[in-house]
Amino acid sequence: MAHVSASIYTSHVPAIGAALDHGRAAEPYWAPVFAGYEASRAWLRENPPDVVVLVFNDHATAFGPDLVPTFAIGTGASYAPADEGWGARPVPVVQGHPELAAHIAQSVIQDDFDLTLVNRMDVDHGLTVPLSLLFGQPSADDFHWPCPVIPLAVNVVQYPVPSGRRCLALGRAIRKAVESYGEDLNVQVWGTGGMSHQLQGPRAGLINPVFDHAFMDMLTTVPEAAAAIPHVDYVREAGSEGIELVMWLVARGAMPERADGRAPTCVHRFYHVPASNTAVGHLVLTP
Amino acid sequence: MTTHSADFADIPGTVLFDAQQSRKGYGLNQFCMSLMKPANRERFKADEAAYLAEWPMSDEQRQAVRDRDMNRCLALGGNVYFLVKIAATDGISVQQMVGRMTGMSEADYRDMMLRGGRPIEGNRYQHEWSQRSGA
Repeated sequence: MAHVSASIYTSHVPAIGAALDHGRAAEPYWAPVFAGYEASRAWLRENPPDVVVLVFNDHATAFGPDLVPTFAIGTGASYAPADEGWGARPVPVVQGHPELAAHIAQSVIQDDFDLTLVNRMDVDHGLTVPLSLLFGQPSADDFHWPCPVIPLAVNVVQYPVPSGRRCLALGRAIRKAVESYGEDLNVQVWGTGGMSHQLQGPRAGLINPVFDHAFMDMLTTVPEAAAAIPHVDYVREAGSEGIELVMWLVARGAMPERADGRAPTCVHRFYHVPASNTAVGHLVLTP
Repeated sequence: MTTHSADFADIPGTVLFDAQQSRKGYGLNQFCMSLMKPANRERFKADEAAYLAEWPMSDEQRQAVRDRDMNRCLALGGNVYFLVKIAATDGISVQQMVGRMTGMSEADYRDMMLRGGRPIEGNRYQHEWSQRSGA
């Protein structure tokens, strides 16, 4: 049977993708950001997933003013990197896993999570920057991502957005779905976005490391407490775009609980300010 | 757990992009998304007024775009993830675009971020801002 072997959390700042794509990763501004992911990239080479379920938000790319699904799962065969206005990132097409995705959709919708199913969507920096950070940039002579990816898009752009509690519960339903899949697959669930940042108005540039660290602590040890944080607290304390952190709760919910009831193992933790307008946070947790 | 748009009103300098704002900004945000196609970016750059006239926007929204007044665009129903397509078309970074919304110079904003960003202390509530400005 398939199982969830780890959950990984990371910010998905577009400027990180631009720095990688334009060969600026070694510059003094960016080097500390990428250094913070080296241990995780090494860990992933030792612990390669068969499939990643990647929880992200679309940034007005696939879902525009016409249609805003609260939760959408990609059941397609592949997803092209989107042109967000600068031209598409020069990264490989993302291959999906339609069979597992369809199984997850079947299972969680029967568990009362009314997902939208998506066969075609271009994927923006929210999905491709985490892949670059954690797998490294694929080289020209071996131009593909190391494994299939199932995109799970969460609306955190247009209110009302889903509650933290709903995100945690969705993660748990995804774990149940994975564990009932017939094929023996090593599945990782990645939660992306955050940490504190505000990209609008005179309060832009807000960063709150105290909130960010407390969130990473709570997420790891008492996820129900993190899931109870109301939206207004995210926006007030972590900035208007800090609301993206609810997506980390989907990945946390997907983690199998340990038999001894203890918190999961933190393989790696990293925090850095700034990447453009944003605080970068990163965790690797295993059961 | 339930939160409503009104609960956010005492957060300073922040517009909540909800269904009402989305309805107000529908044409503006549609225009922004059109800039994901290179041919549309070229047409917009060649004649902004003519291109904007093609979209169901208010004159106020069109003027805010032409002025690159992003705070005005937000008030008129825009959202940053749509508006950033204008910045991309102009060839400026997200940090430059966001920094301009604060009224700070580009260098001052960049330096603030390098020093750890805008602190949370004094920036949680409207009343903290009105006290500061003596209002």
